Amino acid sequence: MLSFVQQFPVLAIVLPLMSAPVCALTRGKVFPWFLTFLVSAFTFAISIELLAEVSANGPISYHLGGWEPPWGIEYLVDPLNAFMLVLISGISTGVLLYARESIAHEIREDQLGLFFTAYLLALTGMMGICITGDAFNVFVFLEIMSLSSYVLIAMGARNDRRALTASFQYLIIGTVGATFYLIGVGLLYMMTGTLNIADIASRFAEIGGMRPVQAAVAFIVIGLAIKLALFPFHVWLPNGYTYAPSIVTSFFAGTATKVSVYLLIRFIFTIFGMDYSFGVVGLTDILMPLAVVGFLSMSLVAIFQDNVKRLLAYSSVAQLGYIVLAISLASNEGLTAAMVHILNHAVVKTGMFLSVGSIFFVTGTVSLKKLEGIGQRMPLTTFGFVLGGLGLIGVPLTPGFISKWYLIKAVLDLESPLGYGLVAAILISSLLAVIYIWRVVEVAYFRPPPAGATRGEPPLTMLVPSWIFIAISFYFGIDTTFSVGFSKAIAAFLTGGA
Amino acid sequence: MLLLIAGTITVLVVRNLFVATMMLGIVSFTMALIFVSLDAVDVAFTEAAVGAGISTVLYIGTLAMVGAQEKIRVKFAALPLIICLAVGGALFYATYQMPGYAEADNPVHKHVAPRYINDSGKETGVPNIVTSVLASYRGYDTFGETTVIFTAGIGVMLILRQRRLKRPPPDGEEEEDLKTSLNGSISGLGSDHDLVPHLVSKLLIPFILMFALYVQFHGDFGPGGGFQAGVIFAAGFILYALIFSLEEARVILNEKVILCLIALGVLIYGGVGVVSMLLGGHFLDYNLLSHDPVHGQHLGILLVEIGVGITVTAAMLAIFYAFVGRAEIEIEQLD
Repeated sequence: MLSFVQQFPVLAIVLPLMSAPVCALTRGKVFPWFLTFLVSAFTFAISIELLAEVSANGPISYHLGGWEPPWGIEYLVDPLNAFMLVLISGISTGVLLYARESIAHEIREDQLGLFFTAYLLALTGMMGICITGDAFNVFVFLEIMSLSSYVLIAMGARNDRRALTASFQYLIIGTVGATFYLIGVGLLYMMTGTLNIADIASRFAEIGGMRPVQAAVAFIVIGLAIKLALFPFHVWLPNGYTYAPSIVTSFFAGTATKVSVYLLIRFIFTIFGMDYSFGVVGLTDILMPLAVVGFLSMSLVAIFQDNVKRLLAYSSVAQLGYIVLAISLASNEGLTAAMVHILNHAVVKTGMFLSVGSIFFVTGTVSLKKLEGIGQRMPLTTFGFVLGGLGLIGVPLTPGFISKWYLIKAVLDLESPLGYGLVAAILISSLLAVIYIWRVVEVAYFRPPPAGATRGEPPLTMLVPSWIFIAISFYFGIDTTFSVGFSKAIAAFLTGGA
Repeated sequence: MLLLIAGTITVLVVRNLFVATMMLGIVSFTMALIFVSLDAVDVAFTEAAVGAGISTVLYIGTLAMVGAQEKIRVKFAALPLIICLAVGGALFYATYQMPGYAEADNPVHKHVAPRYINDSGKETGVPNIVTSVLASYRGYDTFGETTVIFTAGIGVMLILRQRRLKRPPPDGEEEEDLKTSLNGSISGLGSDHDLVPHLVSKLLIPFILMFALYVQFHGDFGPGGGFQAGVIFAAGFILYALIFSLEEARVILNEKVILCLIALGVLIYGGVGVVSMLLGGHFLDYNLLSHDPVHGQHLGILLVEIGVGITVTAAMLAIFYAFVGRAEIEIEQLD
């Protein structure tokens, strides 16, 4: 007999999953949103419980269908994925708090029920990918997440028809990524006879040198690189983020690519093992240059954008570059930096996209040219955006500073000329970030608002949530016990366990 | 194998999309044959039903809207070719040192498979091992896949209906004109004059639906199960809509009912899981559904397969309706 608490791992997934079909049948302006919000909030609460439980008593294993692994599917909650669960459900809940007015503005009323169904499915997919201990189960939930995200992005078509092309582009590229992942898992299954992650990991050492396994590693890494929008596989991301409805962009910016980063970490550290990933295959030599070129070029491209959402999207690709760089350092410190930045960036970017969403809600545009004097027209919203921008740059007291501090520390640990070169690259990229944020500031505060421009703040239900994210981000910038504490614990768990 | 390669190349070269669709159907059937030769009958069945059956119908539905002639392309793209060659090369590279075909001591046969083969009959009471793995040991994956189908259905409904309701609803008079001009049905599907297809389909449809039900409930013993049955059932229904008209099909099942059905299937599957949780077990632990574990397993598998079947049928129909619904709009716009 299992107690209620022991059911938590599966509840975190099944709750949003089962609510999705229910939500599909609901109608009205408020009810689908309310149901989704409630479910997301419960999921968040369960995730927090799980994280507390895991950090106190160690990993939890849950056997689906009552079959013990590797015959059945196993949910394995450890510090890493419990942390991801809290992050994803937390961001989702915060975004939903904001969503009601915003989405009613962008989507036809009779479609709200199905829209929130897709939203719940996306949430289910992300959570499911993180929590499972089974490599094929990951693929199944990857499909759920991907399909629903194509749909969600396409929902921007009411404002801008280009959302459909963006969604289609993402569909093609995303499917290629998922297929690569599936080929990789198939090859691994052929060589090990098992799909359970822990089980594959324990058999990996014997077969690591075989050619099919090398091919599997290549397919999985490339497939995930496409999914996480690592340069040069990022082309789908800016379009998708630009044309999707505001809340979809906010939700995905904090979570979707991070899920793929999680998978990359999981495969590199848990399955392949550090020695194999970085020693035998030499992933550092592949990931590090891509990451560095990625964040430098993308920060540069961001400077020339006129559309604020697109500017932030390019900045997101650059931030993913930092995270991958941190992973490629193959060290405990590097992994800590990666985890810290996953959290900090998610919070900051979501806050910023929500602010942009408010601007869109009031003015109907996100083009810089038309936002002159927005600092006077919508002072609170714009101020929130600028504070978030400081976080992206990495000004002290902001979370960006903490991330970069740990990243630079990890890079300097290399104690080689390469380390100093990397520090220089990070600093240059940060300076570029100063420029692209400054462009927005200049337009917002130093140009007079055109005559007859709309003024006024969005409704409080939108303003408050975006400020909550900004406030939390500053909290993480000042008090790092949660963010850095957990990141260190995760890094120690993964590098010690490997 | 050679047929497969020839078929795929033809698909790439042929400019007429209608021919390409037919070739794809042939490729799917060849794939199904290869699966049979690999002793994967269930997979072959699925490939034949999904790949050759329902996808071909959907492709043709799309072609009816966009026209069958591909634009002549002049640009030759080098980068995709290089990427394709690289991927192919990597796969080819991997084939060395692969375990040999059908050798008994391959890793796949030594780890989890023996228990599935030796004990699944005793543990689940289902003779078809594939069904027991799919619906019980890895039942959660199947639940996930059902959700994927659900997502696809919802997605198509959301995206394709986006434009539809924006237009003012056409008034009755206009509709009348359309009907007469298109031989009695909007969207050009079906007609009053084709006696032969009408009669043949009237004869065939009951058998198709019957066969679908057989596949659904026989999945425990032979190849089959919810996915295949759902697709076949949907195919029977689509045939009806194609031959008679969408209007008449809508009389039996309209979009609202379909939406309910899609959701219902997922809810049945998940409901089984929730019940087993309420009984104090793990999610989808069928052992607890009945006093006897094997009975419970049997019952659980039966129920979840029904859930899968319902969702698959409804999702396929939803996709079909949405596409044909688009065709209606196109025709209205032509007027």
